[in-house]
Amino acid sequence: MNWDVLLDFSPLADNGDKLLTAFWATIRISLTVAVLSLLIGTLITAMRVSPIRVLRIAGGFYVNTLRNTPLTLVLLFCSLGLSDTLKFKISGTSTVNFFWLAVIGMSFYTAAFIAESLRAGINTVPMGQAEAARAIGLTFTQSLRMVIMPQAFRAVVAPLGSVMIAMIKNTTVVLVASYYEAASLMKDMFEQYGATLPIFIGFAVGFMCLTLPTGFFFGWLAKRMQVAR
Amino acid sequence: MHRDRIGTSPLLPPQAFDVRFTHMTESGKEAREAEVSGGGPLVVLENVNKYYGELHVLKDIDLTIHRGEVVVVIGPSGGGKSTLCRTINRLEPIDGGTIRIDGKALPEEGKALAQLRADVGMVFQSFNLFAHKTILQNVTLGPIKVRKTDKTEAEQRAMELLERVGIASQAEKYPAQLSGGQQQRAAIARALAMRPKVMLFDEPTSALDPEMVKEVLDVMINLAAEGMTMVVVTHEMGFARASANKVVFMADGQIVEENTPGEFFTNARSDRAKDFLSKILTH
Repeated sequence: MNWDVLLDFSPLADNGDKLLTAFWATIRISLTVAVLSLLIGTLITAMRVSPIRVLRIAGGFYVNTLRNTPLTLVLLFCSLGLSDTLKFKISGTSTVNFFWLAVIGMSFYTAAFIAESLRAGINTVPMGQAEAARAIGLTFTQSLRMVIMPQAFRAVVAPLGSVMIAMIKNTTVVLVASYYEAASLMKDMFEQYGATLPIFIGFAVGFMCLTLPTGFFFGWLAKRMQVAR
Repeated sequence: MHRDRIGTSPLLPPQAFDVRFTHMTESGKEAREAEVSGGGPLVVLENVNKYYGELHVLKDIDLTIHRGEVVVVIGPSGGGKSTLCRTINRLEPIDGGTIRIDGKALPEEGKALAQLRADVGMVFQSFNLFAHKTILQNVTLGPIKVRKTDKTEAEQRAMELLERVGIASQAEKYPAQLSGGQQQRAAIARALAMRPKVMLFDEPTSALDPEMVKEVLDVMINLAAEGMTMVVVTHEMGFARASANKVVFMADGQIVEENTPGEFFTNARSDRAKDFLSKILTH
């Protein structure tokens, strides 16, 4: 056994700039997906509790479909299906195009999990809150926006943190959608140097640098935003 | 939010008649009411029926509440008192009959219903203050978002109301930081901020510790004295005696007796009411 190769950290040190670029790509896609998936997830949740039956059914269908489809499939559909087969291009520049296709796939996928968390949050809001909102003349949309959703969000900050951590780790799958980020670099480095322990450790630590603070942040936020009843 | 059923029960009598009836009376009624103004009918329930599945919770309810009148609804638990109160702003949709407020039939779900609810104040047994908003924000939310009142003006008026119910010093606190009695007074202020035509009280003191009942009742007694039209579901006989113009006794989904408080408590007409009163007044 060649211990020198197994414990050789030099590939990481030699590729410092590439590592930073790759993890920056991971951060960029994570942040964009976080924002978009929260928006879509909120919208889907609103549909699922709406008084209009068709919207409720559509929302339920969305969540059940996306939540039960492997992310790889969703991303392959976005990159190969949308871009290559259907010639749906967001941008002429290949990197920009694949970035947004990966964002779209991941956002729609993650939104299903966010919607499910949020719906659990809505169930923690007592019935009386909605009744009081309606009793002062707020419309359904207004009471959802001003009374129910703010409280539902506060109740599920911590679970949303878990969804976000999962999402950050899921960005490693976008290499199938031709977007170059940390996992793509890792794969390249494995091919160049062999799958050595230091490279594994290096990337694991890199991801922890993103996910651990995310977890702490959401934990802190959950405490801060908690609604006393 | 899930409780409203749009559409109707198969048990329901044909509605075509009700709709036509409302239309015919509306224009004439408005004209008449303009003349009468003081003391005219404000809330009119006609032949109201409601079912929870098989259970017939409101049976042919006819009730007229006049402007400035304080109507106390009492009766045994499960008799339909709260349901009756909640049908007036359609928190509970009805399965038959008509409810008119100020001459207008209650609209179906939607913007028109929201507008109508803005004119009907409601105070709940469990206060239902918005838990994520301060007391002041609770009171100003409706005026700002529904009445489109300017924020400063809404806050000024809210502070006046909080002053009136005696909790102005709590304005910046959150509901959970207040006692039950204070929360209920805040809830009354929140309802009053909409300048409602009528106030509904659904067992406003039932969830309160005994020593806090009085502070809430005092606010209600003052409100009644100022001429607010009120429908109060309560077990507080003292309030009924002090402030009610009319006592409505409900049991098994029916209005068994309508009477003045003086007559009702000393000389109830129905046996059912006599029986109820003997159980609650003899100790």
